[in-house]
Amino acid sequence: MTGAGSPGTMVPPVTQGGRPIAQVRSGPQRGRAPRPRVMIHLVILAMMAVWLLPTAGLLINSFRTAADSSATGWWTALLPPYQFTLDNYAAVLNQSGLADAFINSLFISIPATIIPVVVAAFAAYAFAWMDFPYKNALFVVVIGLLVIPLQLTLIPVLRLFATFGIAGEFLAVWLAHTGYGLPFALYLLRNYMGGLPKEVFESAAIDGASPATAFFRLALPMSVPAIASLAIFQFLWTWNDLLVSLIYIGFNIENQPLTLKVANLVNSQGGGIHLLTAAAFVTMILPLIVFFGLQRFFVRGITGGAVKG
Amino acid sequence: MSDLVMAAVVVVGIPAALVGYILGVEFVLRIFPQQRRSKVRPWLWILPAGLFVFVFLIYPAIGTLIDSFKDRRSEDFVGLANYEYVFTNRDVIGAIGNNVLWLILFTALTVGFGLAIAILLDRVRYESAAKSVVFLPMAISFVAAGVIWSVVYAYDPPGSSQTGPLNAIVTGLGGNPVSWLRNGSTGTYALIVIGVWMWTGFCMVILSAGLKGISVELLEAARVDGANEWHVFRHIILPLLMPTIAVVSTTMIIIALKAFDIVYVTTNGNFGTDVLANRMYNELFNFSQFGRAAAIAIVLMLAITPILVANVRRFREQEAIR
Amino acid sequence: MRVPRSRWLALSAAGSLLAAACAGGSATPVPPAGSAPVDGSPGASGPTASGPAATGAIGGSVSVIGTWGGDEEEAFRAMIAPFEAETGITVEYTGTRDLNAVLTTGVASGILPDLAGLPGPGQMAEFADRGALVDLGTVLDVDEYTEQTAPAFVELGTVEGQLSGVFIKSAVKGFIWYDVEQFTGEAPATWEDLQALPNDPADSKWCVAVESEAASGWPGTDWIEDFVLRQSGPEVYDAWVAGEQAWTSPEIRGAFEAFGEVVANSFGGPDYILNTPFGEGGNPLFEEPPGCLFHHQASFITSFFQEQGGAAPEDYDFFPFPDINPEFAGSLTGAGDLFGMFNDTPQSRALMNYLVTPEAQQIWVDIGGALSGNREVTEYPDEISQRSAEALVNAEIFRFDASDLMPEAMNNAFWSAILQYVQTPGDLDRILTELDATQESAYAE
Repeated sequence: MTGAGSPGTMVPPVTQGGRPIAQVRSGPQRGRAPRPRVMIHLVILAMMAVWLLPTAGLLINSFRTAADSSATGWWTALLPPYQFTLDNYAAVLNQSGLADAFINSLFISIPATIIPVVVAAFAAYAFAWMDFPYKNALFVVVIGLLVIPLQLTLIPVLRLFATFGIAGEFLAVWLAHTGYGLPFALYLLRNYMGGLPKEVFESAAIDGASPATAFFRLALPMSVPAIASLAIFQFLWTWNDLLVSLIYIGFNIENQPLTLKVANLVNSQGGGIHLLTAAAFVTMILPLIVFFGLQRFFVRGITGGAVKG
Repeated sequence: MSDLVMAAVVVVGIPAALVGYILGVEFVLRIFPQQRRSKVRPWLWILPAGLFVFVFLIYPAIGTLIDSFKDRRSEDFVGLANYEYVFTNRDVIGAIGNNVLWLILFTALTVGFGLAIAILLDRVRYESAAKSVVFLPMAISFVAAGVIWSVVYAYDPPGSSQTGPLNAIVTGLGGNPVSWLRNGSTGTYALIVIGVWMWTGFCMVILSAGLKGISVELLEAARVDGANEWHVFRHIILPLLMPTIAVVSTTMIIIALKAFDIVYVTTNGNFGTDVLANRMYNELFNFSQFGRAAAIAIVLMLAITPILVANVRRFREQEAIR
Repeated sequence: MRVPRSRWLALSAAGSLLAAACAGGSATPVPPAGSAPVDGSPGASGPTASGPAATGAIGGSVSVIGTWGGDEEEAFRAMIAPFEAETGITVEYTGTRDLNAVLTTGVASGILPDLAGLPGPGQMAEFADRGALVDLGTVLDVDEYTEQTAPAFVELGTVEGQLSGVFIKSAVKGFIWYDVEQFTGEAPATWEDLQALPNDPADSKWCVAVESEAASGWPGTDWIEDFVLRQSGPEVYDAWVAGEQAWTSPEIRGAFEAFGEVVANSFGGPDYILNTPFGEGGNPLFEEPPGCLFHHQASFITSFFQEQGGAAPEDYDFFPFPDINPEFAGSLTGAGDLFGMFNDTPQSRALMNYLVTPEAQQIWVDIGGALSGNREVTEYPDEISQRSAEALVNAEIFRFDASDLMPEAMNNAFWSAILQYVQTPGDLDRILTELDATQESAYAE
């Protein structure tokens, strides 16, 4: 059976004749698929346009006054007379406490990303490569947990936080985001790790390495694409989150993140939406940087000589 | 302790602590006889995750289950009254219907588009840039997405200039502007489009990574043998990618069931667009009906059972092959 | 080999984990969030603050939560600025749309702000029932408060004898607005007279706009309430609010049908009504040619006329909703922003006392768009708000906005009913029947 890739997800290494092959695929390679026809380029470009259009519309509106935005469509602003203004951005950036809120968001998101990733990595490895009774049943429960609506956990968890006196503190949100993010993290990592070639671990065991060693030296490096994806998703989810911070940090102004501040640009009757257009982009910058920074990890999928002999 | 120092401590310390925990576990396991070690070890490895999951998810879920049989203040038991409400109340049934629409359309479109895009982009040089474009919506908060699409779907009365591109196209072609979100019939579809726009990037990313794991030689060999692209896709790529597709589909189904933010931020469930999660939010926080909210949540959780069963089967297969 | 390094790692890890847990979040202490039991005494006593309760520098902070954002938040901050300056207390205000979520989880868990804007008298009663709200009788000078405040507002803030909420600002509902150049006639005496007026120069007589995000539909409920009060009188109105008047009863149905007539004579039809944010609803008044002659809205719509409609204050004017049944002449509906106290601390007492003073309320009044229920606030920045305030104080029959008084589930169903009715007026029977069903469960204990 040549080259039947092991049925894992995001499989980086595929065995052919029993030995993994290092893959570095980043773009078209020689002699692979036929050169893309013009048709494909057109389709792709059309798709990109469709995907960008809504956001582009908002971007343009963010440079227009409220009156203009509600009078004519944003595409009219692309023709003279251009009536662009920086007022919206000025209003957003001049908001008192914006920088603090930005820092708070970082304070919340970074640990809330790192902790679940680390916690999940260990557990995922155990689910993937260790044997214990009810393993599959337990894991299925984990997936089932994905469905639990977050809103229903708010009261019991807040009570718990109140008892331990951490309500309103960053620790509360870190712990909460970890708990909420674990089911998906476990799902993703377990599937990925489960798809790693077993020969790698077998030979490691033969060499006398402990599971911990196998984890740190083999599973972890090989799982980098999955871990990178997970980190991105978790970071985005915690960065853009409103409800969890609202309830667990609540009115502790010191610790309020950006999302809370931005949501409040709009008054209770909906006025001020034009400010949200600018705010959306201000808050989007960092997640985009994170995404671009980590995205090269998606492309690689390497085992690269982990198996000796 | 200044915030920055504390943050640094946490960012470094927590992973270090967990690493220490794992190494400590190895240490502790030496107490046990060789036999028992591999039996005890897995439990210790999953313990931290288990604790988090228990405190934040399982414990509230159990509370929810119990509350679903109690009254609005969670004081007295009312048997199945809440479930009766869920399955007989016209609005809730409407929400269930919408969730089914989300289940089918949202999942099919996000996975389908994600796959198609992943495969197409694999062949072009500007893959990275294009991927970023499709993934961009995931970086946007739901509030921002709501504002973005309110503009896209904007309705102005016939005769005045349209501020929304969709209606501008419609009127440009000679038609009357459509109230996409608020006419009572296209609302849910309009919202599903927003959902697809946001989540296709997610599917694409995961499917693309899976795609990259398929051996180049394998595909080359097939092509050299004269297989056309469709054949390559159907008989090589698709089967190898199946597990990834299963993961992505499962996740998308669950997200469809839990769809809340998009609906909450745009229509709040009005105009026939309500979904269960939004209804649950309203019952819980606005109507002070704890029991009913709990019942809706339990219904949601039960709805996912078939998916769980399918996943169990897949794990067993996966392990059998190994 | 690796062992010593790992041991070092483990030790430092454990140490830092411990440190992180202890240090917790920010450097300053969390505002008093007592672990108050759900049905016990309201809130725990707050942190230290020596010195007299009402005057002089106290210092410390008080947490406030409300729905105000954007310019409303600015107005609120302007209102409390003198207070902060004099007492040295920092007012930490958080605005959120999800007020109900925060307060519900708060009451259930004991994590509550010191002061909070309450969603309405209905919710206030809920919280007071659970013992979460502080009895303001122990905080304010009740005699002074009762003397200064319009009786309706005092009553609405009282639950079973306990004063639980006070109104920081208020508004009058149900004014009929028009462009002074388009409508030059006399204010019609009755509703019939008003409906009999010709539409021109506009196409339609009315502009209606009900979009308001989560609360879409509320302008329509204001219409219905005005009809019920004037067609059927305050007793029916009160019974309706209390859940004792069926929605399918002829009185309520009559109100809906009257609204239906308005919708039938409205600019842009149902699509316009459902899609246009309420703040922009009045824009067609000022267009050339005007889209409509009249717009029914509350007193706070004036700032929207200026910002969204581009109108100058001289361009518009109002007359009160005309009478329908002469028996109930001189009726008026109004609303207000309700505030309550969850934690009894010297700082929150000081703030609460400040907020009910005429001086404080004058500040927001001066900024515009707000009226005060405090009788000692007599200066209004312009003629229109002056007349509005007078209408409020002098109304023969005054009632608070009915939907704000109803339980939230009923309120939501009411909003939704408006949306459905505008979309498909033929469905009125079904809509009213469902409202009755909701009424049964919403008012049930």
